[in-house]
Amino acid sequence: MPDSTATCNLSSTGAGIARGANGERLDHLFIVDVVEQGSRVLDLGCGRGTLLKLLVDRKGVRGTGVEIVEEKVYDAVGKGLSVYHGDIDEGLSDYPAGMFDYVILSQTLQQARETVLVMQEALRVAHYLIVSLPNFAHWNARLQLMFKGRAPVTKSLPYQWYDTPNIHSVSIQDFYVFAREHHIDIVRAFYVGGRGRVGFWPNLRAQHGVFVLRHADDV
Amino acid sequence: MRSAGGCAVNSIVVSDYYIEGQSFDGSVGVVETQYAEFSELPLDSGLMLSPLTIAYEIHGALNDNGSNAILILHALSGDAHVAGYHEGDIRPGWWDAMVGPGKAFDTNQYFIICSNVIGGCKGSSGPSSLHPSGDRPYGLRFPVVTLPDMVRAQKLLLDRLGIERLLAVCGGSMGGMQALQWVVAYPEMVGSCIPIACTHRHSPMQIAFNEVGRQAIMRDPSWKGGDYYGGASPDAGLTVARMIGHVTYLSDESMREKFGRRLRDKEVLGYDFASIDFEVESYLKHQGEVFIRRFDANSYLYITKALDYFDLRNGLGTLVEALSDVPVDTRFLVIAFSSDWLYPAYQSKEIVRALKGNGLDCTYLDIHSSFGHDSFLVETTQQTHLIKNFLSVTARRLGVKSAG
Repeated sequence: MPDSTATCNLSSTGAGIARGANGERLDHLFIVDVVEQGSRVLDLGCGRGTLLKLLVDRKGVRGTGVEIVEEKVYDAVGKGLSVYHGDIDEGLSDYPAGMFDYVILSQTLQQARETVLVMQEALRVAHYLIVSLPNFAHWNARLQLMFKGRAPVTKSLPYQWYDTPNIHSVSIQDFYVFAREHHIDIVRAFYVGGRGRVGFWPNLRAQHGVFVLRHADDV
Repeated sequence: MRSAGGCAVNSIVVSDYYIEGQSFDGSVGVVETQYAEFSELPLDSGLMLSPLTIAYEIHGALNDNGSNAILILHALSGDAHVAGYHEGDIRPGWWDAMVGPGKAFDTNQYFIICSNVIGGCKGSSGPSSLHPSGDRPYGLRFPVVTLPDMVRAQKLLLDRLGIERLLAVCGGSMGGMQALQWVVAYPEMVGSCIPIACTHRHSPMQIAFNEVGRQAIMRDPSWKGGDYYGGASPDAGLTVARMIGHVTYLSDESMREKFGRRLRDKEVLGYDFASIDFEVESYLKHQGEVFIRRFDANSYLYITKALDYFDLRNGLGTLVEALSDVPVDTRFLVIAFSSDWLYPAYQSKEIVRALKGNGLDCTYLDIHSSFGHDSFLVETTQQTHLIKNFLSVTARRLGVKSAG
C-alpha cells in the first residue's frame, strides 16, 4: 500500500506543471478561468480536492468530487467538499442528463479503463467536459525512447513502467485525432510545460494539455 | 482487558452495547432522562396509540432562532441515553465518543436531541408499559409499530420542544433508516441527513436473521404469548436472539482477530457440552446474559418487526421517486463500512444513487474497517472527521449560529 499511495500522490501534485503566483498549478488556473461563476461542477478523480476547492473559493461553484482513495476523500471532505468515494467508471449513469455545467477529468482519463464510455457519459451529464492529460510526445520522452531505448520517465510521466497508474499513453496529437473521430469539439485548449504556458508546437514542447470539450452537435 | 463478565477483548468492551476508551475532548457530564406525555399517535396499522410517553435526553443549548438542533436516532437496542453519564453510572451513553464538547456532534455548537423509539423498553411507550386499563403491561396488546410511526412520534416531541427545523438528522443502522424516513416524511424540516450503515429497505437476509431471533423468543415456554410480566421472563429465548444478533454485528475478520480458536479457561478441549470450549462462545453467552438484564423480549419482537417492515418507498414507486420531494439544498452524508455484511455497502450505494438521481448534494464514504456492522459504534475517528466537517459546512450554508 505505501508504494501505491506514493505514486498516487505524485499524480495528484501535478508533477512538472508550472505554478502561478500563489502556488496554484497553471492548468488549474486555466480551468478556474474557463469555468463560469456559480456553475455546477463534477470533478472525477478529485484527489484531495485542491482544484475543486479553488473553484468553490474563486468561482462559487456547486462542486462534487469522485475519488477512489479513502485517505484523499478525508482530505477533500476536510476542505468542506462533497465527495463520492468510488471509481470514476461507476456511477456517472446515475445522474440525469445536463445535471452539471462542467465535468472535469484532471489527470484522470489516462487512468480510466472505459475511456470512451466515461467521456460519453461525462458529456451526457454536463454541457462541457474539461480534460487535462500528460503529453506522451513531449520532446524529453521522445529523446529517451530514441536514444536510450527506454520507456520514458519525465516530469509529467514520473513513473517506471511497472508502477505507473496510467493505463493509456496519449499525446496531445492523439487527443485531437480521438476528439475528431468521436464527434467531440475542442472548444479551447491550453498547453503547459515546466516553465509556463506553451504557445507553439505543443505536441513537442508541452508536458500537459488541457482541453475544453463539448458534443459536436451541441449548439 | 477484562470486563465485568470476564470476557477478554481488545477495543470493544463487550459487557454491553457500549464502548470504552474511545472518548476524547470531554463529556457532557451527568444527564437525566426526561419524559414527554402525549394523548395519542395515529399508526400505520390504522390503530391509535393512546396515551403515549416519549423518553428523551438533550445536550447543549438551542440558539436564538432554534436553527442548531440535531436529532440523533438510536439503533435496535439503543436508547435515549446517547452521551454523558446517568447519576451513579460508570458507563457513558451509547455514542459518547461522538457527542460532547468538541466532539463530532459538538455540544458547544449544537443542540442535540435523542429519544427512545416507541415500542422500546427504555422509557418510551412499548409492550412492557402499563396498559391504559391499568390491569397489567400491554404485552402483545401493544399495537405493531413501524419506523414511520417512530418518526411521527419524534415529530410530536420536537413540536413539544418548539423545534421547527433540524440542522441534521443522524443515526446508524435502524437510526440511519429513521434518518432517511425523516427526510421523506418531513422534507422541509430537515437541513441535512447522515444515514450510517443502513438501508432504505430490509433485505431478505436481514429479515431472516430477525425472524430467527423472534422465533427463539416466542418458542421459549416462559414467553407465554407475550404475557409474562410479573413472572419468569423468556430469558433463554432473548439470550439466543441476542447471540445471533451479535454474530451479525461482527465480521469473520474481527472474530478471527478477537478470538481466534482460543479456548476459554482451559488448556484442552472439554469433550462435553456442559462447559464452554471456545472464547467466542463465552463472548456470545456473556452478550446474551447482559442483554436480558436491560432489554424486554417483547420490545425485541416489536422493533425487529418494525425494521423488517421498513421500505422507504412505501408505495411511492422507485426510490428516486420516493426522494423527489426532498428540497435540492438538503445535504447528505452517507457512510458504509467495508466489513459490514449485515448492512453491506451496496445498500448505502443504492441510497446514494437515488440521491444523485434527484440531483441532491451527497458525500459517500465506504470506510475501511474490520469491525463489521459494529463499526459505526467503534470507528469514531473517521466518523468524527467526516461529520464535523459536514456539519460545519451545513451550518455555514444555513447561516446557523451556535448558542452563545
